Amino acid sequence: MKRILSIVVLLCFASAIIFAGGQKEQKKEQKLKVAFIYVGPHNDGGWSQSHDNGRLYLQKQIPGIETTYSENVPEGAPAEKVMRDYANQGYNIIFATSFGFMDPMLKVAKDYPNIVFEHCSGYKTAKNMGTYFGRMYQPDYLAGLAAGFMTKTNYIGFVAPFSTPEVVREINAFTIGARETNPKAEVHVIWTNSWFDPVKEANAANTLLANNADIIASGVDSPAALQAAEKQGKYGIGYDSDMSSFAPKAVLTSRIWHWGVYYTKAVKEVQAGTWKSSQYWGSMKDGIVSLAPFGPMVPDNVKQYVEKKQKQILDGTFDPFMGPVYDQSGALKVKKGEQLSDTDKLNIQWFVQGVVGSIPKSGS
Amino acid sequence: MTEQSSILVTLSASAVRSGTILLFPTLGEIITERSGVINLGIEGMMIIGALFGFITGNLTHSPYIGFLVGMLAGGLTSLIHAFISITLRGNQIVSGLALTIFGLGLTNFFGQDWINKKFTIPVSSIAIPGLSKIPVIGPVLFNQDIFVYFSYILVVFMWFVLFKTRTGIHLRALGENAQAAGAMGVEVNKSRYWWTFFGGLMAGAGGAYLTLVYAPFWLDGITAGRGWIAVALVIFAMWNPLYAVIGAYLFGGIDSVQFQLQASGTTIPSSLLNMQPYLMTFIVVIAATIVLRKRHIGTPRELGIPYSREEK
Repeated sequence: MKRILSIVVLLCFASAIIFAGGQKEQKKEQKLKVAFIYVGPHNDGGWSQSHDNGRLYLQKQIPGIETTYSENVPEGAPAEKVMRDYANQGYNIIFATSFGFMDPMLKVAKDYPNIVFEHCSGYKTAKNMGTYFGRMYQPDYLAGLAAGFMTKTNYIGFVAPFSTPEVVREINAFTIGARETNPKAEVHVIWTNSWFDPVKEANAANTLLANNADIIASGVDSPAALQAAEKQGKYGIGYDSDMSSFAPKAVLTSRIWHWGVYYTKAVKEVQAGTWKSSQYWGSMKDGIVSLAPFGPMVPDNVKQYVEKKQKQILDGTFDPFMGPVYDQSGALKVKKGEQLSDTDKLNIQWFVQGVVGSIPKSGS
Repeated sequence: MTEQSSILVTLSASAVRSGTILLFPTLGEIITERSGVINLGIEGMMIIGALFGFITGNLTHSPYIGFLVGMLAGGLTSLIHAFISITLRGNQIVSGLALTIFGLGLTNFFGQDWINKKFTIPVSSIAIPGLSKIPVIGPVLFNQDIFVYFSYILVVFMWFVLFKTRTGIHLRALGENAQAAGAMGVEVNKSRYWWTFFGGLMAGAGGAYLTLVYAPFWLDGITAGRGWIAVALVIFAMWNPLYAVIGAYLFGGIDSVQFQLQASGTTIPSSLLNMQPYLMTFIVVIAATIVLRKRHIGTPRELGIPYSREEK
C-alpha cells in the first residue's frame, strides 16, 4: 500500500515536472522574437517610418510574437553591435532596413547560424541571411502615366537623392509612363545628393518650377518639394507614403511601400520552418508596393487609363520595361517583344529617352 | 524680358528667401562674437527655435507669434552657453558643440508628436509700392514676405549700432580688450550675457523662418546643418552685418545655381556641383583670412577668452 502510494506520488511529481517543462518549451516556441533596425527615427515620415508601419502591421497579423526596434542606428560598426546584442538576447529574426547595414549583417549572420537575418535593398546573402525589396518601378510607371496626362508645359521635374540603380530605375519607369501618354513630355532630373535635406529639396523644386515645370515628382523622403509645388499652384507626386495630407491641392498620387506584407510572409515561414535564404523582389501583385488614391484634381479618363494598365501589371501581361526601350541618345536598348531582365533592372545605370539630366559617375 | 532672364529673377528671389534662413543666425553670431563670446551652438539654437516656433504657430494659428516664440526659445537656449562660458568661464568651443547636440536631442524628444505635421497658414509676399517696380532688383528684393523685410531692417540697424553708436563702441571693445572695456565702465559679463542672448534670438529666428515659411512642416533634424554654414558666414562677413547679407544670399542661391545647371542638362557631374557650397566655404575662409591679415580687422582679438576682473 505504502509502496503504491509512493509510486503514485512519484508519478504525480514526474508528470508535473514533465508537464511544466513541456509547457515552458511550448511557450518559448510560440513567442517568436523579431527585431528591426532603422537608420533614421521610427517616425521620420519617410523611409524608416514605412518600415515601422510594416512592423506594426506584422504585430497585428501575428499577435503571438514580440517585436522591437532600434532607431537612428548608424551604418557600419555600430549597426554590427546592435545586431549582436539582439542575437545574444535570443531574438529569432532580425530585419535590417538600410543598404549600409549589409556588410555588418553578413558578419553577424556567420556567427549566429540559428538566427534568421533579413536585409532590405542589398545583394549579399548567406545561408541564414536573405534580402528583400519591392518593385517600386511599377507604381512609378503608373504615376508617370498620370503625370503625362496632367502636364500642360510638357516639363516634369524629378527631385532625386543619389544615383543608385534603384533611383535610376524609378526615374526611367516614371518617364516611360509619362512618354506613353504624352510623347512630348520631358522629365528633368535634379540630384540633391542627400537623403534628407528639406531646404535643398525645396530649392530643387523651385528651380524646376522656375524652368516651367508644372509637375514635381519626389524621389526623396521629405514633403518639401511637394509643398513648394503647391505654393505655386502646381502638381506633385509623392513617395514612401501617401503624401496628400502635406499638399492636398498638389499631390496627384504617391508611390507607397507596404513592408508589412513581406514581414508577415517571412515570419510565417520561419514559424513553419520553411524559411530559406532568398532574394525577394516583391511586386504590386504581392502588395509590397502600390499607388495611393488619386487626388480630386485627376479626371476620370486618366484614372481609368491608369487602372487599365495597373490591371495588366497585376495579371503579369505587362511590364514597364518591355521593349522597345530607347536610351537618352536614342539607341535601342530593349528590342520589341523582349523585356529587360531582372539583373539588368537591378544594375541599371542609364537613362531612357525623355529624361533630361545625367547620372553622376559614382552613385551615393 | 527673355525666358532665361526671367528664370534668373525667379531664382534670385528664392535665393533671397533661402538665404534669409542663414542671414538671421549669421547676424546674431556676428554680434555675439564681437562681444568676445564664440557660440558654436547655432545649429542647436536654430532647431530649438524651429520646433518651438512651429508648435506655437500651430497652436496660436499665427506665424508671427510663432516666430517670436521661436526667437525666444533660441535666446533662452543661448543662456545655457552664456552661463557656462561667461559665469563658469568654461571652454566655449566644447560648450557650443554640446549646445548643438542638446538642441538636436531636445527637439527629437519634444518634436515626437509633431513629426509630419505641417503649418498651413501661408505668409504672403508684400510688394512694396514703387520699389517693387524697379527692373530685376524690384521683384528680387522688394516682393518678399514680412520676415525678409524684417531682416533688411535688422541689417541696417545692426550696422548702425555697431559702428555709429556708443553701444557699438562698447560692444566692440568687449571683444577686442575686455579689460579696457571694464575700465571704461562697461559691465563686461552682464553685457556679454545680453549679446549672447541676442545671438540666440537670431538663431531662433532663422529656425522659425524655416519651419513657418520656407519648409512649413516638422521633421527631425530639419535644419540639416545650416547652423554650421552660418558659423562660416560670420568669417566670410568679416564680422560686418552688411557683408553678411552678401554671404547669406550667395549661399542661399548656390543650390539654385547648381540645380539650374542640372535642370538645363549640363554634363558637369552633379556630385561636383553639390560640393560647391563646401568648396565655396573653403575659398571664402581662405580669402577672408588673407584679407583680414592685411587689414588687421575682423576677428575680435579676445574671442573666446573669458573675462575676470582679478586677471590683469
